[in-house]
Amino acid sequence: MIGLTKRSKVVSNKQMSFWEKIYLPAILHGMWITIGHLFTKKATIRYPEVKREFSEIYRGKHVLKRDDEGRERCTACGLCAVACPAEAITMIAAERLPGEENLYREEKYASTYEIDMLRCIFCGLCEEACPKEAIFLTKEIVKADYERDKFVYGKDVLVEPMDPSKRIDISKRQTPEVLEFKKDTNQKHNVH
Amino acid sequence: MGIMLLYKTILASVILILSLVVAMYSTLIERKVAGFLQDRLGPDRAGPWGLFQPLADGIKLFFKEEFMPNTADKFLYILGPSLTMLIACLTSAVIPWGPDIVINGKTFSLQMADVNIGILYIFAIVSIGVYGIMIGGWASNNKYALLGAIRASSQMISYELAMSLAIITIVMMSGSLSMRDIVNQQQGFNWNIWYQPLAFLIFLICAFAETNRSPFDLPECETELVGGYHTEYSSMKLGFYLFSEYINMFISGAVMATLFFGGYHFPFIDKLGLSTNAFAFVSFLVLFAKITFFGFIFMWVRWTLPRFRYDQLMRLGWKALIPLAILNVLITGIVILLNQQRP
Repeated sequence: MIGLTKRSKVVSNKQMSFWEKIYLPAILHGMWITIGHLFTKKATIRYPEVKREFSEIYRGKHVLKRDDEGRERCTACGLCAVACPAEAITMIAAERLPGEENLYREEKYASTYEIDMLRCIFCGLCEEACPKEAIFLTKEIVKADYERDKFVYGKDVLVEPMDPSKRIDISKRQTPEVLEFKKDTNQKHNVH
Repeated sequence: MGIMLLYKTILASVILILSLVVAMYSTLIERKVAGFLQDRLGPDRAGPWGLFQPLADGIKLFFKEEFMPNTADKFLYILGPSLTMLIACLTSAVIPWGPDIVINGKTFSLQMADVNIGILYIFAIVSIGVYGIMIGGWASNNKYALLGAIRASSQMISYELAMSLAIITIVMMSGSLSMRDIVNQQQGFNWNIWYQPLAFLIFLICAFAETNRSPFDLPECETELVGGYHTEYSSMKLGFYLFSEYINMFISGAVMATLFFGGYHFPFIDKLGLSTNAFAFVSFLVLFAKITFFGFIFMWVRWTLPRFRYDQLMRLGWKALIPLAILNVLITGIVILLNQQRP
């Protein structure tokens, strides 16, 4: 029979020897162990001064990317919302009006785009589903707040700023493997 | 006479302030040691390395709401923590903090009172210590507080027996109850611990129980009794209870160092050729280092051993420590007798 865990031990009811009964050697051994911990490297990170290093491909708050000319890439196709296992994404599509070509890349765009950060599980499936390379997860953290409705992030928070210096770098998340994968037309969701 | 009175007043104030400051910083050191033993850093936000943490804690305690349960016995409720604090500060009176100092040709003793029954005095004071906890627990009119108080009193009474029996051997060896005599018999490296290791072990265990420190911290026992005897206390009244625990730790460290580890004596410091006052100062530092070491042991044990169960506590006290202490008294008596009969 295979045990449930490798750590399981056979229990025995054997009588304790004299040295075990007086406990002192065991206590001294325990104290030896604890004094050893006095000199170990501490696990504490002094937070505001020192910050834990994030992975380059950390999955934090989302960003809705613009293209090189500053136009929103999202076309409100809804694939991210379909892919989302937590059903955190909602959007309303709208038609681009004449004169808005500098704002939206294609004829259709998302007039509202909301992600409920309390529902989101930061799995990154929206990013995988997106055929337009519009949504990405970033290293930024979703900040804490006092009210629940503050966590429904709209386009005002999600869309990246126009200012080229404030653009959000997502190149780390676009690994060559991911880019290669997205070219694979055998995968249904990559066909566009 | 006048100058002696002035000197004693100054000495008393210095010792009082010293034990208060030490108790204050023990709380920080305790948390630091706890942190380090658990691979953490401990408090380090208030000031460099958290040095102002005790101040912050003190200020916090002062500004907390002064809460009193409306069914409590008002007089006893206030008396409890005051008594505990008073008792904790009283014990230091008979501890010799160092050899004599000489100012302007006059000799001054670094001991508040060289009572010839110093050890008895300590036991008397320690026994009264039970009342502070008992009264506090009773006056709160809370079942957890009462349970904690009952536990505390039975625990302290039980362990006092073994403690005094352990000390009797020291008294038998030195033939004196005066702390100063006992210290002076331990010149150099002639410490009592080499002759009475078992008595020291019993005394150490009992000291843990008497100061209500882990693994004998059943009276406050957070997991079972909310806060034990101080459940209903808040603000500085609670602070007094917590504070007196650290003063007691400091004093019991001092008593242990005095009775077993040669007090302010250390080998070779009398050969350094220091002047009288410098020698007294170095001796005091030696005593202080010993006390600090015992303080560390108190903390070290606290973060190593889990709490005893109540029946285990009683079994250890009555069935293990007291018989051992009696046996130790017997053996010591026999050895002393044999030594006397040897020509």
